[in-house]
Amino acid sequence: MAVTFQGLGAAAALSLSGSFDPNRLHLPCRRSLSVTRLSFVVRLEERIVSGSNLPPRRAQQLVSKAVATKADAASASTASKPGHELLLFEALREGLEEEMDRDPQVCVMGEDVGHYGGSYKVTKGLADKFGDLRVLDTPIAENAFTGMGIGAAMTGLRPVVEGMNMGFLLLAFNQISNNCGMLHYTSGGQFKIPIVIRGPGGVGRQLGAEHSQRLESYFQSIPGIQMVACSTPYNAKGLMKAAIRSENPVILFEHVLLYNLKERIPDEEYVLNLEEAEMVRPGEHITILTYSRMRYHVMQAAKTLVNKGYDPEVIDIRSLKPFDLYTIGNSVKKTHRVLIVEECMRTGGIGASLTAAITENFHDYLDAPIMCLSSQDVPTPYAGTLENWTVVQPAQIVTAVEQLCQ
Amino acid sequence: MTMDLSRLTSSSRRLHLLVNPFAAAAAHSRRPISTDTSPITVETSAPFTAHNCDEPSRSVETTPQELVSFFRDMALMRRMEIAADSLYKGKMIRGFCHLYDGQEAVAVGMEAGITKKDCIITAYRDHCTFLGRGGTLLEVFAELMGRQGGCSKGKGGSMHFYKKESGFYGGHGIVGAQVPLGCGLAFAQKYLKDETVTFALYGDGAANQGQLFEALNISCLWQLPAILVCENNHYGMGTAEWRAAKSPAYYKRGDYAPGLKVDGMDALAVKQACKFAKEYALKNGPIILEMDTYRYHGHSMSDPGSTYRTRDEITGVRQVRDPIERIRKLLLGLDLASEKELKDMEKEVRKEVDEAISQAKESQLPDPSELFTNVYSKGYGVEAYGPDRKEVRSVL
Repeated sequence: MAVTFQGLGAAAALSLSGSFDPNRLHLPCRRSLSVTRLSFVVRLEERIVSGSNLPPRRAQQLVSKAVATKADAASASTASKPGHELLLFEALREGLEEEMDRDPQVCVMGEDVGHYGGSYKVTKGLADKFGDLRVLDTPIAENAFTGMGIGAAMTGLRPVVEGMNMGFLLLAFNQISNNCGMLHYTSGGQFKIPIVIRGPGGVGRQLGAEHSQRLESYFQSIPGIQMVACSTPYNAKGLMKAAIRSENPVILFEHVLLYNLKERIPDEEYVLNLEEAEMVRPGEHITILTYSRMRYHVMQAAKTLVNKGYDPEVIDIRSLKPFDLYTIGNSVKKTHRVLIVEECMRTGGIGASLTAAITENFHDYLDAPIMCLSSQDVPTPYAGTLENWTVVQPAQIVTAVEQLCQ
Repeated sequence: MTMDLSRLTSSSRRLHLLVNPFAAAAAHSRRPISTDTSPITVETSAPFTAHNCDEPSRSVETTPQELVSFFRDMALMRRMEIAADSLYKGKMIRGFCHLYDGQEAVAVGMEAGITKKDCIITAYRDHCTFLGRGGTLLEVFAELMGRQGGCSKGKGGSMHFYKKESGFYGGHGIVGAQVPLGCGLAFAQKYLKDETVTFALYGDGAANQGQLFEALNISCLWQLPAILVCENNHYGMGTAEWRAAKSPAYYKRGDYAPGLKVDGMDALAVKQACKFAKEYALKNGPIILEMDTYRYHGHSMSDPGSTYRTRDEITGVRQVRDPIERIRKLLLGLDLASEKELKDMEKEVRKEVDEAISQAKESQLPDPSELFTNVYSKGYGVEAYGPDRKEVRSVL
């Protein structure tokens, strides 16, 4: 009955960001569906998760690392495999560097991206390689430098504007909404805005309310922009390259806690499709739609679910605007049940729009109402335990699936 | 105010001495209307005031052809704006319509000092600037009436005129937001080593926006060829400049950036200032120009324009500082045109405007399918179909 907070604390501490032990951290390869046993068990008092609208359930398992999955020992040795291993922020950098090499019109603007190397090291080394005119350190003036990026894009340059934290881009909302999104339309097609606006967002580790914002919900109704969220090194690099090559303004959402994920990615060049969702785990019983960090919570819950005999299909929607209704629709037609797990707020988040889109288009195929697990409608608190309760935890996902599949 | 008149007549007397005596003799036999390109030097009526830089000379190099073109272009702009006024009252133009009459000298003078490779970006009072950049009357009226023949295919409206091929970047509705865009254009010009400049225009109301100072700071740091031009018509919608700005010396607001205050009702002064600013910006970085100008209409068509200023003030400025009258007196004084020729020119212009309006009225309204075009440009990915891949919801 007693709440083992230390277990939860351990989960929080071991889970995301900071330094990873490369031997213990292996993401599931896109093709491998091996399920591994959980490392240890923590009991959860159901009152803790009272924010969700699930009925109280008895304690369930929660793996310590929300991101990592323990792979078999065999896959631990990586020397013989093709491709190269890197962390997510290095994948972003690789993608950016390749595009800057390929097209001299690509430039990077942001706070501390140049000499400092980027606050999350995404642009480290680029200023030395490309010079001060292509990797530009700006003063702290989001409204102005986002506007300048858009103005430069109007002439044909391809700037990549970095918001040090997505939340800071709220100061540039006017530029993003009116000038970035709408100029192609209001000029009758005269101007294209091939800009990429990227930055980390999402709930981090006790960063406080103002630095834990999820801006995808605020930007989602701006017409004319595309929004994508990356979640693995593989799709981070691919989406970064696709976003830079796209003629449309693209907002690339990264997550503060995912920068240190390690994965093996191919050596050869690849570009991903901006509008396509990623099938993480095919299944039969229920479709779980997710993106960014919640993908890892879902995969963790998936292991529990598989042990219990469920077969969830997990799709990382990646494209937040527009939704890849084709992949999602095919999945819904197969499983007839949908659970959306997201980090946005309950009110007006990506999940809310996705629920509406699926209901509108696939209502006949649904056997149960769509359930959407989102963060609580509260500013993210500083205290670690409270912060964990604002976002969706794997245990809640398991509970929700069990409820939906009754 | 009367000082200006006397200065004008005295300067025209001085000019007779400066004009080439051969041309003066020839003038008696054949009046050089729009064909003479022999240079004349005219003094601006008011001096420049400089901040942190040396002001340019008051003697402006021009030609009779240029002066006549000033007159014609300004008369065209004036007529266009007045026609837009009646179209608005006749409900052919809806929404917001911000008219530029009174401020024509800024648009015309600026064009004379730069090339079409330089960029201009301005706010919503953009009809005349668009025309100066090479837009046609038909495009203007069709866009104002929301027809297909408009410069933005009817989807932009009064506040969203653009002409990419002649470097006119709009046309922006949100006050002040065009200045960071303009600095971005300057950044691209520097990046691509174009040796051209960007003129980012804004009003005295927008001068109080924070993003201007942010953009100016970055532009000065990176030494961008950006010229910030404050079209100071002394009223930010209904608020007079002394009520909105603690320091209405907008040309000094750059602090570390140099500034120049210009009589914005004198097209030649504007031309001189813009030429000077272009040379300066290409060498040293940003400079601020403040154009002292005036608008006769209210802020927009829904503003009578007389609740915050007196009618006497408006008629006073019209009598003494009107830009078209100034050029008319100059032309008459220099004997480059006769009264009748100028009046004929105005009649021609009026006819042109009327013809353009009737042509625009015949232009079609946009097709309903145009609602979804140009939301995205054909991107790198696939087309976004509807859920069953049969119906195309939107093509990216």
